[in-house]
Amino acid sequence: MSLLLLVILLLLAGVPAGAARAHAPDGRPLVYGLSAGACAIGGLAALAAIGAPPATLSLPLGLPWIGAHLRLDPLAAFFLVVVNLGGAGASLYALGHARHETMPQRVLPFHPLFLAALNLVVIADDAFTFLFAWELMSLASWALVVAHHREQENLRAGYVYLLMASLSGMVLLLAFGLLAGPAGSYAFAAMRAAPPAAGVAGTVLVLALIGAGSKAGLVPLHAWLPLAHPAAPSHVSALMSGVMTKVAVYAFLRISLDLLGTPSWWSAVLVLALGGATAVLGVLYALMQHDLKRLLAYHTVENIGIIFIGIGLAMAFRADGFAAAAALALTAALFHVFNHSVFKALLFFGAGAVLTATGTRDMERLGGLIHGMPRTGFTFLIACAAISALPPLNGFVSEWLTFQAILLRPDLPQWGLKVMIPTDGALLALAAALAAACFVKAFGISFLGRPRSEAAGAAAETDRFSRAAMSGFAALCLLAGVLPGALVDVLAPAVQSLLGARMPAQLGLPWLSLVPVAAARSSYNGLLIFLFLAAATSLSILAIHRFASRAVRRAPAWDCGFPDARPATQYTADSFAQPIRRVFGALIFNAHETLSLPPPGDTAPARLTKHLADPIWDALYAPVQTVVAWAAETLNVLQFLTIRRYLAAVFIALVALLLALALWQ
Amino acid sequence: MSGGLSLSVANTLAGLMVLASFLMIYQDRLSALINVLAAHAFVLALAVAWQAHVQDAPELYVTAAITLGFKAMALPMALRRIIVRLGLHREIEAVTGVGLTVLAGIGLVALSLDVMLPVTAHADPLTREDVTLALSVVLLGLLMMVTRRNAVSQVAAFLSLENGIDLAAAAAQGMPMVVEISVAFSLLVAFLVIGIFLFRIRERFDSVDVRALDAFRGERR
Amino acid sequence: MTAALLVQGADMALVVLAAPLLTGWVRRVKARLQRRRGPPLLQPYRDLRRLLGKEAVIADGASWLFRTAPYLVFAFTWVAAALVPTFATGLYFSWTGDLIAITALLGAARFLLALAGMDIGTSFGGIGASREVMIASLAEPAMLMIVVTLALIAGSTQLSTVAAFMASPAGGPGVSLILALAAFLIVALAENARIPVDNPATHLELTMVHEAMVLEYSGRHLAMIELAASLKLLLSLSAIACIFFPFGLLTAAGGAGGYAVGLGSYAVKLAAAGALLGVFETATAKMRVFRVPGLLGVALMLGLLGTLLLYAGRGL
Repeated sequence: MSLLLLVILLLLAGVPAGAARAHAPDGRPLVYGLSAGACAIGGLAALAAIGAPPATLSLPLGLPWIGAHLRLDPLAAFFLVVVNLGGAGASLYALGHARHETMPQRVLPFHPLFLAALNLVVIADDAFTFLFAWELMSLASWALVVAHHREQENLRAGYVYLLMASLSGMVLLLAFGLLAGPAGSYAFAAMRAAPPAAGVAGTVLVLALIGAGSKAGLVPLHAWLPLAHPAAPSHVSALMSGVMTKVAVYAFLRISLDLLGTPSWWSAVLVLALGGATAVLGVLYALMQHDLKRLLAYHTVENIGIIFIGIGLAMAFRADGFAAAAALALTAALFHVFNHSVFKALLFFGAGAVLTATGTRDMERLGGLIHGMPRTGFTFLIACAAISALPPLNGFVSEWLTFQAILLRPDLPQWGLKVMIPTDGALLALAAALAAACFVKAFGISFLGRPRSEAAGAAAETDRFSRAAMSGFAALCLLAGVLPGALVDVLAPAVQSLLGARMPAQLGLPWLSLVPVAAARSSYNGLLIFLFLAAATSLSILAIHRFASRAVRRAPAWDCGFPDARPATQYTADSFAQPIRRVFGALIFNAHETLSLPPPGDTAPARLTKHLADPIWDALYAPVQTVVAWAAETLNVLQFLTIRRYLAAVFIALVALLLALALWQ
Repeated sequence: MSGGLSLSVANTLAGLMVLASFLMIYQDRLSALINVLAAHAFVLALAVAWQAHVQDAPELYVTAAITLGFKAMALPMALRRIIVRLGLHREIEAVTGVGLTVLAGIGLVALSLDVMLPVTAHADPLTREDVTLALSVVLLGLLMMVTRRNAVSQVAAFLSLENGIDLAAAAAQGMPMVVEISVAFSLLVAFLVIGIFLFRIRERFDSVDVRALDAFRGERR
Repeated sequence: MTAALLVQGADMALVVLAAPLLTGWVRRVKARLQRRRGPPLLQPYRDLRRLLGKEAVIADGASWLFRTAPYLVFAFTWVAAALVPTFATGLYFSWTGDLIAITALLGAARFLLALAGMDIGTSFGGIGASREVMIASLAEPAMLMIVVTLALIAGSTQLSTVAAFMASPAGGPGVSLILALAAFLIVALAENARIPVDNPATHLELTMVHEAMVLEYSGRHLAMIELAASLKLLLSLSAIACIFFPFGLLTAAGGAGGYAVGLGSYAVKLAAAGALLGVFETATAKMRVFRVPGLLGVALMLGLLGTLLLYAGRGL
């Protein structure tokens, strides 16, 4: 506990250091080295604390009658591991990557501040500290989003992000207000001791879904995410997508499963429905993108959906008293939290390396990068396979566990759950398959094929710090996929602390298998699959090279006899996604194409125009934006009043408040 | 005869009817649609015969025979002749939104499960499953009648709906012979009337697309 | 233990050795139905030997991925095929992965092949990869819903346990099983690029999917891909046979007689399935590419319906 405080203090010390030495040559290694070291210590301390009993600490800070309560229980410890692992990786990556930063003074101070805030949210044990840290996290990340403020698009992203972040903070404030009740006890321990009545609990859950869900990127509150995450520098994008969304998941778990006690079954239906919709819509949005970083950000939305499906299952099973099933579902969700923080960070690292090497995020101008950037390409490929849930990597394990939870089918009495759970199974399967399509596109268009621009052709490998961070995370993807039992056992105390039940211990099993319930029911052995794959591949290569032929001849591409030397004849990101756009997009995005052919004899080019609409943006965000803009325009008048009128306004407000107080009593 | 097997066979046959109903929703070629309809009625005949066997009710064998002869053979043949004479046998109906329709169909099946299972909680499991699936078949037939524009496919949908009613009746421990015959007769009349109408519509509008009728009514108004 | 390992090894060898024969058999049936004499049954083996002996011609822009993908594709398919019970259930390593893992392994093979198709940067590779992932995006969820249906019936996702359950008296017919079979047949056609989804026999046709993706391959690389394709066909038919028609499957430890019955019935089932496939392919026309999603959507819906019936009908 005290070690973690030290970590947070170290990170906070990085803020003035970053501000002071932003332009000095030693500023970058100082700040990022400090962050990496602090996060490494924090991660190890948290890892040790997962199995330990909860530790609490009260500091005489903040509001005098509340103080600052901190608590490190297994759930918080697990999320601290995720936060600090991501933080250490991103800082290591930034050691090299940030060399190309044009405005270090706008990035360096906020990076450690952001990390400190992330840590603080997770260990906060009263509403005030929690909200303070939450807002700090939002503001620090906002500052990083608008770091490159000269680009119009980033400013817009920052504006939308700021709106959504304040909405999320405000809604969470309301939720905690309701939880605290009339007694006004803002410590989590007091809330835990006295869970609210059913009606209030329902309201709090909906508020938590809005507040934490909007931060995590739950549909329909996701629209800010794909704007804001790509706008930040790449290591910050990795942190926002990989870590900050997980902290939001933590907030939801803390409120829904810890502070609220046993959830009601309809709230589980709500979470399941939102999770399923988020998973499928997120990946469909991602498929329509051709900006690499935006594609990755939309994909975060999908993965958040998968995590929420797991949480919804856990809530459903818990509501009906199936503790073991709930533990399996929550383990799956937490496993996916870890997985996504690893491979999404890795993907953003790769995207950052591509951005540095080529100067563009537009996939239509990339291609063939695997030749110039082999190491980046390889690690990016590992991450693509992992996020597409392909064995023997880690993404497959968490989705497999989620399916096992669906398949348990305890005898749930509610019809809503009986229909919703199988439907979510289908949605999850659809999302997983579409994710594979999406990452074939992401990797195939950016790294394979022929370069579509000069910059892509001249791309060179990234620096060694970035490569180290990427290789480390790629190794983690493989390790967690091959030895999933170890990770399941590590996060078992976190599940136990929330649900009072856990999955059976995995590490003692023969061959290091993963057996969620019973061996006759289902088991998966990543290690053996990996070994079999490795053996089959190397055996076939060896045998064929030894006994058949190893001769190779390089020749121009065949392409059915009509090779075209121009790279423009390749499939593009848009054309690759066209079949899927046609199958799914017509319904959801009102996607259609118009073709204008010039008349015969006219030498004008033919044009194929693609139309896409975002129904959620049009229906939800555009009206809100209009109202906010109108209100700002109208209230602008208030800035030009005389002193007397200002005084009058203050006076009227005071009287109105007193009047309200009088009427209240 | 073990209870488990008779239950699962009855169950399977009823399930096959639901499957055939889904195939009808998916099928957009008229001649193939009629083949599926024939298969639908054939499975119904099997299901009724099985019920006769299980319930030891010989009169249900008669029902099964009527179903087989009339619905699985005579009606599809007549329909096929109609579409050949109308020159529609190669026609492909423009079915829009098959996916959505099938999705709605699944919703209907879930709905009938939701409605029937609690209501029939104390009935014989054999009846229970069959009645539930029969309701699904009826609802799917209605759905198809609503979504199709071609009059011939609407007739096919109507016939599949009627098959669902038969299935329910057979499962509900048999129905009186008189009812069965009168239903069959009314069906025959309905078929004749629809057939005559089809030719009249065709003569008048050069199409059996029922949208033409809407336009016609609009003219008159 | 040694004996068990031996049986497992024999099973893995059997699937690789028998796969080209099955392909040859299907081709033969189709040829006879079209009143052609057709190639000899063993022709696929000869093709493989010929391809293996040739030098590999690799396009100028190819990366390491293009050269390793065929071996990886083969390895993924082989491991998946080894997890499917052929003549006996409960083999030594049968618990290594379940049906979900098998689906995912095949998905991984397709992922790599689609990437390899895009590696050269030709339009044909792109069109093949793009269509392949479109088909997979519906076939894979349909397959997973079938898995869910089967797992709910048999209480397990282990294919070996499912097959043993189906072979036992408890595994009678049922609505959901019928729905799962119908969906499985559609998915198997799509997964193996058969008519009406794709045509395994044509090359220069604009509607092609799988063949367009592997257009640039030659020599030993092409041999590995062809072998993997044959293996996948064998895998699909074996899975259908062991789940829906588990007659003669050796479910408990049996002596030489048990193995003989298991192997004999397996051969009969494969021959029958291959013949049916040949008849079906001859009788059916290839679909337009954009009709395929409708077909696969129906498979997905059938799987979902089967699951729904099981989930909801549990109170019975």
